[in-house]
Amino acid sequence: MQVLKANNICKSFESLKVLEGISFNVNKGDVLSIIGPSGSGKSTLLRCATLLERVDGGSIHYDDLCMVNSDKGGKPVYASAEVLKQIRRRFGLVFQNFNLFPHFSVLRNVTEAPVRVAGISYAQARKEGLSLLEKVGLGDKFDAYPYQLSGGQQQRAAIARALAMNPDILFFDEPTSALDPELTGEILKVIRDLAKENMTMVIVTHEMHFARDVSDRVIFMDNGLIVEEGSPDTVLVNPQNDRTRAFLQRFTDEDS
Amino acid sequence: MSAEKVWSLFQQLSVASLVTMQVFFLTLLFALPLGLLVCYGRMSRFALISYPIRIYLLVMRGTPLILQLLFFYFVPSLLLDIPLPRFWAAILAFSLNYAAYFSEIYRGGIEGIPKGQFEAASVLGFTRSRTFFHIIFPQVIKRILPAMGNEFMTLVKDTALAQTIGVMEMFRIAQTASSREFSILPIVIAGGFYLLMNGIVSKAFSIAEKQLNYYK
Repeated sequence: MQVLKANNICKSFESLKVLEGISFNVNKGDVLSIIGPSGSGKSTLLRCATLLERVDGGSIHYDDLCMVNSDKGGKPVYASAEVLKQIRRRFGLVFQNFNLFPHFSVLRNVTEAPVRVAGISYAQARKEGLSLLEKVGLGDKFDAYPYQLSGGQQQRAAIARALAMNPDILFFDEPTSALDPELTGEILKVIRDLAKENMTMVIVTHEMHFARDVSDRVIFMDNGLIVEEGSPDTVLVNPQNDRTRAFLQRFTDEDS
Repeated sequence: MSAEKVWSLFQQLSVASLVTMQVFFLTLLFALPLGLLVCYGRMSRFALISYPIRIYLLVMRGTPLILQLLFFYFVPSLLLDIPLPRFWAAILAFSLNYAAYFSEIYRGGIEGIPKGQFEAASVLGFTRSRTFFHIIFPQVIKRILPAMGNEFMTLVKDTALAQTIGVMEMFRIAQTASSREFSILPIVIAGGFYLLMNGIVSKAFSIAEKQLNYYK
């Protein structure tokens, strides 16, 4: 089953072309990593897929639901508000800067959307929320406020918040980039655990070792284009393209 | 002045302070929500909405409040035949004037909220109104409390201007007593009343700030 199908997505900001025809699919249970230099359009791609930005062309489908399709003239036509509402229920997004709600306790951050958007009972949401927090290792922090948590704990709470809506697919936008290096490990472990449970995920990351470990497929983007796509070993170990090689070279240099 | 006179003066000012407090609370009742509405208009993408709002903000903040009081008292009675009661003309002028200031304070608060808060709410599927009233506005209140405290205290003192159009508020009563008795004491006592009211306002705001200290 194809959870997400994106075809020929284009996006510009003013005259700056950020995405120049991106196509990719995500199957159920896939873990797809997107790597590439900053400014290559990785984050914009996630923002288009999660309705934070509107595309200028192309199409995006979530399983049987069409989010946007382009008409004959190439102009994007978005689905009705009702359909978009259904589509929002299918994905979750974990931000680089966590974006927890500071005035809610950790537990309320996790339960607010299930109660207010999905309409499940508070008792049920609380039960599920506590078990999700347990799962990300924050079982004892449910009544803390975000400012009382470390960055790594905040990001784990944000992951629990996204999971609470039971998404078919979870997007991660550089989930460890705002963290101190010693805190990235705890986030990567949570994502690894999710991968073991066959959670469908798309991860924009700069952690090459992690991408190699956890992904089924890797996409390398540069200048708004997919330069190379394939298994982690192909793209990250034996890249066919010069640009991929040059990009990865920098990481190997840093490691040595 | 005899003790008896001072006591009767004290009573008169206490009664007149009720008018002052009415002006204060009614102005807040109308200006706080109106300011939010104006703020939304000011932030609108449509120039047809935001431009007239900008002019309104310039006029209300750019002309003396005392002039606005006279304007809202005299103009309606010139246009319609029925004059607006003095008290309500004063409430109208104060509300429109303070809504302009409140609107800019709200705007500062809303624009200071990180974009990520709106984005997180959108991705989780919150409606626009739920996002605003449950996610954004509570955080805005915390941010604008100090600026709002200023405005509230200024309003307590500005109520004295209502006498311009003949509203018998506390300061008018004090001034009348002052010239009748050839004594400065009545206005000093009135000063004490203002100080007391603003002491309460100030205390209320510091309690509110403490209440909202549970998060950062």
